[in-house]
Amino acid sequence: MDARAIWRFGHRAVNTWVAKRSSFERMSSVPTLEGWGRLPRPGREVLSTDLEAVTRGATLSRGLGRSYGDASLPARAGDKVAATRLADRILAFDARTGVLRAEAGLSLAELNRVFIPRGFFPPVTPGTKFVTLGGAVASDVHGKNHHREGCFGAHVRSLRVRLADDRIVDCSPSCEPDLFFGTIGGMGLLGHILEVEFDMHSIPSGWLVMESERVPDIDAFLSALSRAADHWPMTMGWIDCLSGGRSLGRGILMAGRWASPEEAEHGPPSPPKPRSLPVDLPNWALNRVTASVFNAFYYWSHFEQRETRLIAPDPFFYPLDAVLHWNRAYGQRGFTQYQCVLPRAAGPGAVRELLERLVSLGASSPLCVIKDCGPQGQGVLSFPMEGTSIAVDMAITPDIQRVVDTLNEIVIAAGGRIYLTKDGFTRPEHFRAMEPRLDTFFGLRDKWDPRRRLRSAQSVRVFGDRA
Amino acid sequence: MKVVVLGATSGIGRAIARRLAERGDDVFLLGRDTADLERSAADLRARQPRPAGLGHALCDLERPEGFAAALDAADAALQGFDAVIVTAAMFATQEALEADVELARRLSTVNFANTIAFCEHARKRLLARGGGRLVVLSSVAGERGRKPVAIYGAGKAGLSVYLEALDHKFHAAGLSVLCVKPGFVKTAMTAGLRPPPFAGDAERVAADIVAAMERRRPVLYTPRIWALIMLVIRLLPRFVMRKIGF
Repeated sequence: MDARAIWRFGHRAVNTWVAKRSSFERMSSVPTLEGWGRLPRPGREVLSTDLEAVTRGATLSRGLGRSYGDASLPARAGDKVAATRLADRILAFDARTGVLRAEAGLSLAELNRVFIPRGFFPPVTPGTKFVTLGGAVASDVHGKNHHREGCFGAHVRSLRVRLADDRIVDCSPSCEPDLFFGTIGGMGLLGHILEVEFDMHSIPSGWLVMESERVPDIDAFLSALSRAADHWPMTMGWIDCLSGGRSLGRGILMAGRWASPEEAEHGPPSPPKPRSLPVDLPNWALNRVTASVFNAFYYWSHFEQRETRLIAPDPFFYPLDAVLHWNRAYGQRGFTQYQCVLPRAAGPGAVRELLERLVSLGASSPLCVIKDCGPQGQGVLSFPMEGTSIAVDMAITPDIQRVVDTLNEIVIAAGGRIYLTKDGFTRPEHFRAMEPRLDTFFGLRDKWDPRRRLRSAQSVRVFGDRA
Repeated sequence: MKVVVLGATSGIGRAIARRLAERGDDVFLLGRDTADLERSAADLRARQPRPAGLGHALCDLERPEGFAAALDAADAALQGFDAVIVTAAMFATQEALEADVELARRLSTVNFANTIAFCEHARKRLLARGGGRLVVLSSVAGERGRKPVAIYGAGKAGLSVYLEALDHKFHAAGLSVLCVKPGFVKTAMTAGLRPPPFAGDAERVAADIVAAMERRRPVLYTPRIWALIMLVIRLLPRFVMRKIGF
């Protein structure tokens, strides 16, 4: 082959590649946004370091997109979604009192990185550190210490909010309290959260003492949870949601507290080095068989019936954050999480019924978390109430709507409710049946956003807002 | 270390200033908006493990007449700085620049002529006290004439050549010049653009820059993969460059 032939071949190869590439770009040119469950919708976010500027005229704010369903997605493709994650400055911190004020896009990951070495930790943290302060307030997140400390909102001192009419208002428990308590857990529908002032807690060391216990069934689990709650500031449990019969609700109970300086290892824990799941796994990778094998392995790998050890904050609070993009494990089909709380009054029978139904539906994945919640907070739509919370991840299947409906009916009968931050499938009539506080919230929207300018794909689906 | 950062309130500059403050350096911020500078200064103050020098002054790359005064203010506040970092610049898409010739002129002036003027003020002050570090953000866009960054890249190409020459000329006198060539970095500047593969984030890029500054390196590609990408791009024959959109 002579040089000219190679040259011509090169030309042809480039031409073909260019033609293929541009047709691919045309195909995928519609911008989309998605929640953690990876069900994309047409939409585009506007990023800025200046929240005051970018929220003007926006219909929704969006932080790190960790809500599973459609809570952070726009009602319409053309709506302006303000992305807050670049607005992440700390505005004030008082080391004597622990009071911290920051822009709403600051993440707990960044807070932890800066403040754990200095002996401070957020008062409440959910199971991921990739949540912004704005998201933590809008979802009124709860964590392993809910039975002691309540939700994040219980530790907020004041908020700066941009209202639907573009005014900017500071609110607190004493100033515009209805706006304040409506915004806590209000899913960003009363106003865009611009700044958050809250109490950081001081911690005796950068380490925790964790006790874990293998529990054989659900009744033992519920009593172990309530026993642990009396002695430990932090508790939660992992349940094998695929085993029925005598092993129904078997799992591992974890309880923890901050270690004293004498108990702790010398120096702060080394910063975590997360790995990333680089590609989507195929849809079939996580199925009933692989999940059951994983669950059995995880359950029995806890050799001792009970063990106590020293653990760093990251593996204790955020085991899943160790793998970035772990949501790709579910493949292109995406997934959702079903999280509900069943009131204490409904008794262990309700929890047992829900678990039995989960097992018989067989829709669940390895991830199933149980937690006993303390009293309901002051956030108007805040999720937790005194009782037992159960959260389970489920891959999207053609059956998913029926599965969610079935579970919701059990929850309604028990007097419980679901967590909007995780939800992508609850019907409006079901949500109304579980949420007696809904009219109060609608009253607040009538007052602060009568024209319903602020809305999300979720508020269209669950609250019946116009699209 | 006593460091002046121009462009410290957002993006890569914000991430660099945070790294410096968190390790206890004295930092002086230069920027265009006093309220914005005050918020960034508060952020850095909260991050400083113990009280250290921290101040700010107005400085706009579109107003070269203010450069000397801004650097004097920094000098006075820090009692002599030993490093100057320039992350500020203008950015616009090629489409926008082609549609508006005046914008193209402004951007070229800011990113090339005015940035050089600022660097001249800075390097004279540094050399007067026996050297120091000058770190300037150029871009991989200046490595080759490319369709999507024709005008932006031209200014950055000129800036890179200037920084290379500064290094040649003043290295022996104790001035370490670092020309940073970031690839695509996800910040407010590139918001709205579709990130290519290998897009970096500001924190990682800032960590690379601070490390390269410490080691007195002359050139830094960050994220590192861009050194390889640009090597390939520089080697591509013209007929390929005419065809592809990169």
